[in-house]
Amino acid sequence: MSEQWKKPEDPILEARGVSKFFGGLTALDAVDFQIWRGEVVALLGDNGAGKSTLIKCISGVYKPEQGEVVFAGRTITHQPPAQIRDQGIETIYQDLALAENLDVGANVFLGKEKKTRLLGFIEVTDDDYMRKEAAKVLERLEIHIPSLKQKLVNLSGGQRQAVAIARAMYWNAQLVIMDEPTAALGVPEQRKVLALIRSLREQGIPVILISHTMQDVMAVADRMVIMRRGKVAANLMRAEANEELIVKHMVGTAEATF
Amino acid sequence: MATRTATAAQPASARDSLLDFLTRSWAYLFLLAMVIFFSATGTGFFTVNNFSNILVTSTLVALMAIGQTYVVITSGIDLSIGWTVGLASVVAARTMRDLANGGMEIAPAMIIGIIVALLVALIPGIINGLLIGRVRIPPFIATLGMFGIVRGAAFLLTDGQQVVGQLPDTLRDVLRAIGSGSLVYFIPGQGITWFARPEGLPPEVIRGVAPLLPYPVIITAVVVVIFAFILGRMQFGRHTYAIGGNEDAAIRAGINVKNHIVWIYVLSAFTAGIAGVLYLFRFTSGAPQAGEAALLQSVAAVVIGGTNLFGGEGKISGAVIGALIIGVLQTGLVILNVDAVWQFIVVGIVIIVAVLVNQAQAALERLKANV
Repeated sequence: MSEQWKKPEDPILEARGVSKFFGGLTALDAVDFQIWRGEVVALLGDNGAGKSTLIKCISGVYKPEQGEVVFAGRTITHQPPAQIRDQGIETIYQDLALAENLDVGANVFLGKEKKTRLLGFIEVTDDDYMRKEAAKVLERLEIHIPSLKQKLVNLSGGQRQAVAIARAMYWNAQLVIMDEPTAALGVPEQRKVLALIRSLREQGIPVILISHTMQDVMAVADRMVIMRRGKVAANLMRAEANEELIVKHMVGTAEATF
Repeated sequence: MATRTATAAQPASARDSLLDFLTRSWAYLFLLAMVIFFSATGTGFFTVNNFSNILVTSTLVALMAIGQTYVVITSGIDLSIGWTVGLASVVAARTMRDLANGGMEIAPAMIIGIIVALLVALIPGIINGLLIGRVRIPPFIATLGMFGIVRGAAFLLTDGQQVVGQLPDTLRDVLRAIGSGSLVYFIPGQGITWFARPEGLPPEVIRGVAPLLPYPVIITAVVVVIFAFILGRMQFGRHTYAIGGNEDAAIRAGINVKNHIVWIYVLSAFTAGIAGVLYLFRFTSGAPQAGEAALLQSVAAVVIGGTNLFGGEGKISGAVIGALIIGVLQTGLVILNVDAVWQFIVVGIVIIVAVLVNQAQAALERLKANV
């Protein structure tokens, strides 16, 4: 298999020989994974292939038994999730982790509220500032939300996805991991989310994308990493990939053709 | 997406916006309607004296409802505060009585009594908070357990009696001067006086004299403003809403949810403690069962005020309106000579209607957003 996907410079994130066991089950078996700046990498595989386990080992939710994860030159293998996120690896889960009863600004700044002083000594939340800053990030993402005072519950799925991404961007994400971002969305919304992923790439922020939707993957991924039974089965550039080949790697009938 | 948001941003039709206005502010309108109804039907309802009386009566439920609002926004419930009110009133009464009987001046004895009562009231709140926030016991169960414990503790402190006995007369006079006093009195046809009830007036004028700004109402108003401000404008309030909206999101955003929950129940116990101390001032006695009936009324006030029992939504102003609705209902029904038993039924109906209206409002909002 060609190795044209490897780039000369160091990857922003690299997993080296990462293994993870659950009891007698080998969820990850010495997995090597790399992603470079400005790249969108799709992580593909059947259920139980190890995609979610791998991203959880990267985001710190799971601790791998073997191997290491290196981010921007530093080993992050045994850091807690909060510390990993502080270094710029932002995971956007399917449930988005947003407070839907609050507005866009409050969500972008959740837990890190910008404060101002009233009468010089009472610390209050600076809602105008937070809304304005949120609006700026959304503008960079080319997302228009009519009223920033709207609670998220009144926004569409794609707009909420945009808020989650905007939050990651505002806090200087260096790498965004997205778990099935288009799963619960209608077609126009899906397109918008794919556009968001492209605009992240344009800003130089690499994205790891887990998706079951082949069209999405073909539309935005620069490279596809296909996993099967806890191992990396294939690394394909978009130019050399097609749906048939991807499926063959996923189910394990591709080796015969090489 | 563009077309969808454009639709949502368009001005709603007149009918929609009327419906929206009605569901949003129905509690205010309902309060107004009841005041008009009782004023028209009950003699003696539409008087300054009666309105002043309703305000004073409502302070107990309003104070409890302030803390309860915070609790309910985090999708919890605090069933123990009724007895916390009683505990605080008993502790305050006993401390003041014993210090005064021991020869201490009334003023310092009162101040120490207030402080001790408020501190003791925090204890059930701290335990509730630790059980719910850290041990993850469901709020309903934890505070139900505390309901029994605090009730027992309060009765232990009165040796099983309904009230704390034998407060010295000097102490009672000062308590009454504050608890039943007013900053401003209204004298029909003559204007107002400050601080003290006017004296030396003919009896028919005296009967019309009404307290315009009773001290309990002023104290409650200050507490309302402070806690409404914290909830609406400060980080603590923001985090309270966030936890009620999506606890996982709050945790992932780095909010210390466990500690926050502890503070919420401490706060709830604190406003109940204030209510207990105020009870002592109003009735010049401490009673374990002082807040017993007011517990469910405080939950009712919170719900009538639009706070979502599933968490994430609610306002202090709503709880205050809810407390006033209950106060007006009770007073109005008494003036109309309706059997006291009917109060329970009417308040029960109002609670259910409140939840229905709030659900309708939420549905309406969703509908508008997804046209």
